[in-house]
Amino acid sequence: MSDKIKPYERVQAARSNARPSGGYYLKRMIDNFVELHGDRRYGEDGAIVGGVGFLNGRPVTAIAMERGATIEERMQRHFGCPTPEGYRKALRLMKQAEKFKRPVICFIGCSGAYCGVDAEERGQGEAIAENLFEMMGLKVPVISVVVGEGGSGGALALGVGDTVVMLENAVYSVISPEGCASILWKDSAKAADAAEALKLTAYDLNKFGAIEKVIEEKGKTSEEICDDLKEFIVKELDAKRKKSTKDLLDERYNKFRKMGVY
Amino acid sequence: MSIFNNKTNSPDKCTCKKCGVEVESSVLSQSAYICPECGTYMRMGALQRLELIADNKSFKEMDKSMKSKNPLNFPDYNDKIEKAMTASGLNEGVICGTAKVDGNPCAIFIMDSNFMMGSMGSVVGEKITRLFEKATEKNLPVVGFCTSGGARMQEGIYSLMQMAKVSGAVKRHSDSGNLYIAVLTDPTTGGVTASFAMLGDIIMAEPKALIGFAGARVIEQTTGKKLPDGFQRAEFMLEHGFIDIIEERPRLKYTISKLLKMHSHVE
Repeated sequence: MSDKIKPYERVQAARSNARPSGGYYLKRMIDNFVELHGDRRYGEDGAIVGGVGFLNGRPVTAIAMERGATIEERMQRHFGCPTPEGYRKALRLMKQAEKFKRPVICFIGCSGAYCGVDAEERGQGEAIAENLFEMMGLKVPVISVVVGEGGSGGALALGVGDTVVMLENAVYSVISPEGCASILWKDSAKAADAAEALKLTAYDLNKFGAIEKVIEEKGKTSEEICDDLKEFIVKELDAKRKKSTKDLLDERYNKFRKMGVY
Repeated sequence: MSIFNNKTNSPDKCTCKKCGVEVESSVLSQSAYICPECGTYMRMGALQRLELIADNKSFKEMDKSMKSKNPLNFPDYNDKIEKAMTASGLNEGVICGTAKVDGNPCAIFIMDSNFMMGSMGSVVGEKITRLFEKATEKNLPVVGFCTSGGARMQEGIYSLMQMAKVSGAVKRHSDSGNLYIAVLTDPTTGGVTASFAMLGDIIMAEPKALIGFAGARVIEQTTGKKLPDGFQRAEFMLEHGFIDIIEERPRLKYTISKLLKMHSHVE
């Protein structure tokens, strides 16, 4: 464990433009990927890429938050922050996965759910709530991976997994360090202190039992990291596929049920 | 921001922040904490709300003594909990239990904005989860009064995970065929909106209550655009299809009891 790296450095690494976004892992890991668009209710959200493909020869539904590569693409995908349509598309694809009895893999990385008047008008809160509710009962295995910045409810909306795994330099937090510092200390410049206090690194969260696994990044290329992640996911899915639906759902429920200190 | 200037649960006098009139608290409690001068709704503490909704002496509280710890050892959190306990007269930001509403049995939770803005940490999440589990086991409907500034950041990831935990319990309660009425009161925002507040079979709201996910100021700063009039108010949410009923406070109990009665009828 490399404790010398400060939490805020991890935050910066997670946000770095050079760091691959969710779509990178999806495309490298999933063969013959067919992207499916739209929420069938209102629109199509570029911040979430979803569809079907093969993982190690078996069909899966894969969903990823995607920031985009060029500045134009980033504008179009609003920097990977999903709108209600993005979450509803993700849920549609998850229900489709349930129908066809294939597992779901979610790649998470966004600073938060998209923030805007239009998102509120179309029920950002309702969209996230619905995903939490439905994912808790989804009758197929769900693996969630935090690959970048796991920004609060906007990240959790794809994060109700049987297994939640984080890359070493990903972070996952209830609020951004800047937001926390600005609310508590009226000074967003104290973000580094807030990052420390929030305990948002992969190793911290693993210790708390909020996630099951940290994939090490140090000294590895993006390709190697992705391949290690793939190997882990394939093994996890093999284990989850053997479980009865009841056991799968009970274990998922009980895992989240235990979270909290009182 | 509370409309009335009351620092404790039952002061002798309150001043309406909207019109400035000074009102005896006994008068206020009889007027359901609505300003008799200008009609503005005052934020109510959980115990005041309980008195308004539950039948006299019908409430049996669960997990009353559960208190928050400081799992991340977050700076100043212990102090804030102490202050919130004094301000609200409660051990945490929600009270839970079984009760009757006009004779109709139900499980009820009531959040309290005097306790750290009704923010959701481990205890709030755990208490509401236990309530839904108990209601599932006993086949009881749940009536839930929401008010919250969102997640409690001092508990970090534990706070965030309460959203998933409670939503799971709501799901199991829903799958068992039982009714959940969510009543959104001023303000209901953030992680509570993005979980159990929006998961009611029936979602009610008080007039003009602030309801939304992202904070209005954050949206304004992020987008640089002026917010439309009435943005994120109950009426706005109803117009956009996210709320079933806006009900005036004096009629809340009556409407809830009607709905409970309709759902207790078994063919």
